[in-house]
Amino acid sequence: MNIDLTTIWAFIIAFAVFMYVVMDGFDLGIGILFPSFKPGHERSQAMNAIAPVWDGNETWLVLGGGGLMAAFPLAYAIILPATYPLIIAMLLGLVFRGVAFEYRWRDPSHERFWDFAFFAGSLVAALSQGMILGALLQGVAVEGRAYAGGWLDWLSPYSLLTGAGVVVGYALLGSCYLAMKLTGEAEDHAYRLAVWAALATLFLMGAVSLVTPFLESQYWDRWFTMPSLLFVAQVPLLTAIAFFALLRSIRKRRRYRPFLIALALFALGMAGLGISMWPYVVPDSITIWDAAAPERSQTFMLAGVALIMPLILAYTGWSYWVFRGKVGTEGYH
Amino acid sequence: MEADSVALLLARIQFAFTVSFHFIFPSFSIGLASFLAVLEWRWLSTGQQRYLDLFKYWLKIFAIAFAMGVVSGIVMSYQFGTNWSVFSDKAGPVIGPLMAYEVLTAFFLEAGFLGVMLFGMNRVGKRLHFFATLMVAIGTFISAFWILSVNSWMQTPTGHVLGANGQFLPGPSWAAIIFNPSFPYRLVHTVLAAYLTTAFVVGAVGAWHLLKDRANEQARTMFSMAMWMAALVTPIQVIAGDQHGLNTYEHQPVKIMAMEGHYDSHSEGAPLYLFGWPNDREQRLDYAIGIPKLGSLLLEHDPNAPMAGLDTIPDDQQPPAAIIFWSFRIMVGIGTLMLVIGMWSLVARWRRKLFDWTALHMAALVMGPSGFVAVIAGWVTTEVGRQPYTVYGLLTTAESASPLAAPAVAASLTAFVLVYFTVFGIGTWYILKLMGKPPHFGESGAAEAEQAPIRSAGITPGPAQAEGVS
Repeated sequence: MNIDLTTIWAFIIAFAVFMYVVMDGFDLGIGILFPSFKPGHERSQAMNAIAPVWDGNETWLVLGGGGLMAAFPLAYAIILPATYPLIIAMLLGLVFRGVAFEYRWRDPSHERFWDFAFFAGSLVAALSQGMILGALLQGVAVEGRAYAGGWLDWLSPYSLLTGAGVVVGYALLGSCYLAMKLTGEAEDHAYRLAVWAALATLFLMGAVSLVTPFLESQYWDRWFTMPSLLFVAQVPLLTAIAFFALLRSIRKRRRYRPFLIALALFALGMAGLGISMWPYVVPDSITIWDAAAPERSQTFMLAGVALIMPLILAYTGWSYWVFRGKVGTEGYH
Repeated sequence: MEADSVALLLARIQFAFTVSFHFIFPSFSIGLASFLAVLEWRWLSTGQQRYLDLFKYWLKIFAIAFAMGVVSGIVMSYQFGTNWSVFSDKAGPVIGPLMAYEVLTAFFLEAGFLGVMLFGMNRVGKRLHFFATLMVAIGTFISAFWILSVNSWMQTPTGHVLGANGQFLPGPSWAAIIFNPSFPYRLVHTVLAAYLTTAFVVGAVGAWHLLKDRANEQARTMFSMAMWMAALVTPIQVIAGDQHGLNTYEHQPVKIMAMEGHYDSHSEGAPLYLFGWPNDREQRLDYAIGIPKLGSLLLEHDPNAPMAGLDTIPDDQQPPAAIIFWSFRIMVGIGTLMLVIGMWSLVARWRRKLFDWTALHMAALVMGPSGFVAVIAGWVTTEVGRQPYTVYGLLTTAESASPLAAPAVAASLTAFVLVYFTVFGIGTWYILKLMGKPPHFGESGAAEAEQAPIRSAGITPGPAQAEGVS
């Protein structure tokens, strides 16, 4: 494989998707776990932990989608119609999740209703995202330059499995994030949740990994033929080590380590995904080169990414720095 | 084919519905972000408390409007792919990079600094906080720049070449794509419209509180600022709109024919129709009242210049003229009323009655939502007017749609209608409740920052507190 512009763009899109998945992942995870926190103060604390940053986190989704349209327009034009109901469900879930941040404070008499909207919106968005992944991996029907399947093709036991996987994975990120940000009983609760979320993630990540190679011969070949086996086997190996370290760090109630290890787990999951799919963007039919926009489009955007992305990362980092530390009940200055 | 045309119609309704709803929020938040930056700047430079009070008063409203704009905006960025996949595939190489630049230069900027703007006043200090407010305001403008460039390229496509696979590909110059012929006009007209929309909302809120209490200092300040905007910006907008119209006449004459109700060609000077009842089926303007030759005079600067009408355009290349005829008149009518208010406020100021002239306050109150109506009417004019094309003259709307089954689109459209009316209806209600409370000294911030810096609002929420006060 030679490093060309299209390859660079595949990595940029993968980076945007990864940033979205982990950053909005902990936001959505907090939403999914929201009902398990006590109404009122505990929930306010949990929401305060992300109120100043959720909007920036969600912007990565727009970059992932917009970037896909710009760099791989054909892939965008096939994947979105193929997963139509899931995309719509995700967008509507994000509507409820997003407005709940503001509405909850504005209308104390309906706080419980917006608590529920925050939870349900997060859950629907996470489940839809996981099912979109599953629908893509199990393959979509393509004819010419368009999606050629029905509007419920995405629904399968496998996509439900990946959907559940993403839900518990986000819950893991959310609980580890809250363990860093909360205090008192809520903090204890977050650590307890993290154990359960870690075990559930371990189970579902394992299940997805076991089933996936049977979906396409390419996946099987990537994972189970020599000599590539020797390289790719490092991924599950590192994942196993990471899970062990994760459970240990939660038990020892480390402050930052559980969240950092959870991030590493998602990075490993992403690497595994890349190993299976490369160089296809729509498995078995459209490669990144088939879908690529012309070089002029890619160069023009690459200049923008190279110049602006460091700035984005810098001021995003600054914003996290401004709101660093525990979300206290008092003395939070 | 029958099922396809139903699916197409549903997809068009869904796009029109979601984009109209969405645009209400940016047309408000573009202006409001700038207004907030001005208020904070006035506070920093004069040290007067009333500017800080107003800043905090409007920041709470901005937070809700911005959240609604964000969540409805994400829907738009995905709907190109879900419902207009053929368009996305074909036009993606040209407009995709512009939209990617919008995300990189605008959305991240707004979102990155919004947290500090809303909750960070006590954490970063005044200067840095003002910087964050400025970045959010500039972000809203940059966002308008890119997305209007995309829209304008679809209206007046230039700078592209056609690829062998049917895609539009970028030509040698990106500047030719970005600065396409209608873009500068559309950008100026739209941004001024956003400023006016905000000015009339602020003016109405100020008027409402002046009607109840003429001595309220913050209400006086905001009413005065809003009326300056109305008096100064409306005349500029009239000129900008006229120039935009002339540009449209040059590049999309069919749209002008529909706006003007010119079903028939006029060989010796076209009239300017003031009123009439457009009849698309019979292709004529019933009960027309017009001023002879004025249409040619305005558009061609020659009262006797011949002007072609819709009768010269094949039926399948015509937009639905009646809708455009009406929406254009609604926009122009509201613009005229805005001009009246602006001039009236100058008279009131001159006679030192700005804060005492009840009739002016009542009129400003009634005009509060007028900007939104004008903005939507303007977009209906330009978007319906470029039908039947998505990329003007090159790609039809019918060819652009995704291969989706009608039931799928019907279900999503129903869901959007239900969710949008509920969620954004409630949000609008919360905004109106905030606007109904009089601004006062020691106004609380968006995060309810009086006791604790971040949203301890969960324990001592802003509105509840304000209710306790009133």
